Amino acid sequence: MMPIVVATDVRKTFGSVQALNGVSIEIPAGQVLCIVGPSGSGKSTLLRCINQLERIDSGAIWVDGELVGYRRVGNKLYELTDSEIARQRLTNGMVFQRFNLFQHMTALENIIEGPVTVQKRRRNEVIDEAMVLLERVGLSAKRDAYPSELSGGQQQRVAIARALAMKPKLMLFDEPTSALDPELVGEVLAVMKDLARSGMTMIVVTHELGFAREVANEVVFMDRGAIVERGSPQEVLVHPQQQRTRDFIAAVLA
Amino acid sequence: MSSTTAPSSIGTGQTARFDPSIAHLTHVPRRHYGRWIASALILAAFALVVKAFAEGQIDWPVVGQFFTAQSIISGLGNTIIMTICAMALGITLGVLFAIMVMSPNPVLKGIAVFYIWFFRGTPLLLQLLLWFNLALVFPRIGIPGLFEARMVDVMTPFVATLLGLGINQGAYTAEVVRSGILSVDAGQTEAAKAIGMTRLTTLRRIVLPQAMRVIIPPVGNEVISMVKLTSIASVIGFAEVLRNAQTVYYANARVIELLIVSAGWYLIIVTILSIGQHFLERYFARGSGRRSRPAAPSVVES
Repeated sequence: MMPIVVATDVRKTFGSVQALNGVSIEIPAGQVLCIVGPSGSGKSTLLRCINQLERIDSGAIWVDGELVGYRRVGNKLYELTDSEIARQRLTNGMVFQRFNLFQHMTALENIIEGPVTVQKRRRNEVIDEAMVLLERVGLSAKRDAYPSELSGGQQQRVAIARALAMKPKLMLFDEPTSALDPELVGEVLAVMKDLARSGMTMIVVTHELGFAREVANEVVFMDRGAIVERGSPQEVLVHPQQQRTRDFIAAVLA
Repeated sequence: MSSTTAPSSIGTGQTARFDPSIAHLTHVPRRHYGRWIASALILAAFALVVKAFAEGQIDWPVVGQFFTAQSIISGLGNTIIMTICAMALGITLGVLFAIMVMSPNPVLKGIAVFYIWFFRGTPLLLQLLLWFNLALVFPRIGIPGLFEARMVDVMTPFVATLLGLGINQGAYTAEVVRSGILSVDAGQTEAAKAIGMTRLTTLRRIVLPQAMRVIIPPVGNEVISMVKLTSIASVIGFAEVLRNAQTVYYANARVIELLIVSAGWYLIIVTILSIGQHFLERYFARGSGRRSRPAAPSVVES
């Protein structure tokens, strides 16, 4: 199957910190891939580079067969314009650690904003779809609630619905449960499991090893800006080959 | 020795202090004699001021007679029109220069910083005089071949006032807009990008509406200031309410009466604007969590 994401020797530094140190990876479509690793390992940066929220220093990323952020002319890569980058981002939906719902819009308005404003689709038709999505994340009753009136778990479920409303081919999750109170983690993971069962391609940066074990087709362990180990959840999380992976899992489970 | 006696003395003290039978006694509030005296003094002083004005050399019927005089009303109209035009220019320039100040383009940023520096750094009255006397520097204005005019014909008191007040206001509003934009969390911009918005759409749909909550209160105050600032234009002959009041009192020598008429109109406009500001602030506070729900719910489903 054609890979949905291909990254080749991707490097990114923030000041003197080497966030990504030559990362290469191919991610097949239809998979749920979990990226785990200690904080500062570069896993969130990789996700943000895929969605062009960060610009890479060198290397190349393709999403859905298209080179991300650049156009190749001869032997040079020319940076794309703002609107071309915006169009490329439509391939993927993103869910943030801190939800980032638009504070001045209700749950429903958050969900329809992208399809109506960006995709120029008919408002009535989009509202119908948005209600189906709200139903799917269990929040039909909250359609007119502002984000400040919702719990963290509810906000994150609306944020997932907002990303899905754009009909992306790929969903990116950047530590979606890290900012939640422990009792709210389950409701968000349940929505994500449901999404995984529906066949959505998902890349999930997470600390929830239980979720990774249960839902992921593959798990990648990253440390110090590089991929250390990759394999099935069983291989990486239960029988890790590398000492760094073993240390991390022991530390998380401790 | 003291260590044995001390606890027992506290023990007896406690049983005496916690007498449950006082629970039903009447509570008598403290008397604020100081407040009473201060209030009495201030009321007495106020009564003296009112009496002085009532008995002073003010011809109150003249105030009433000129309150709705034709020249005053037309001046009032000019004051309101100028406030609207100058504020519109000021807010437009303010948004434009706020975006320029935050631009990654060093030339745009430099120009915006210079603009804010110059127009905040010189007195408004001086700027008005500069605009009004621009003909001394540029006697003629125009684009060669397209049109040309004498500057004195173009730079009427209205135009000079509009440019002076509007451009000056823009420099202040730019700073207000900039702080408003900075108050919006960076995550909002990232989320907007993630659903495929361009930079401009993000600004228009996501950032500016949320910045409004921070921008509206100071801009509301600036509108109110602007109503009063238009009176400065009387020095270059713009026929606003104060200028027209002066014209009248140069003729009939009823100085104080005409000034009271002007003051009354300024107070009326400012009061109306303050009420409007209240409702505007409430609208842009939606979703901010400081207020429960909008006054008029859109589509309610239950």
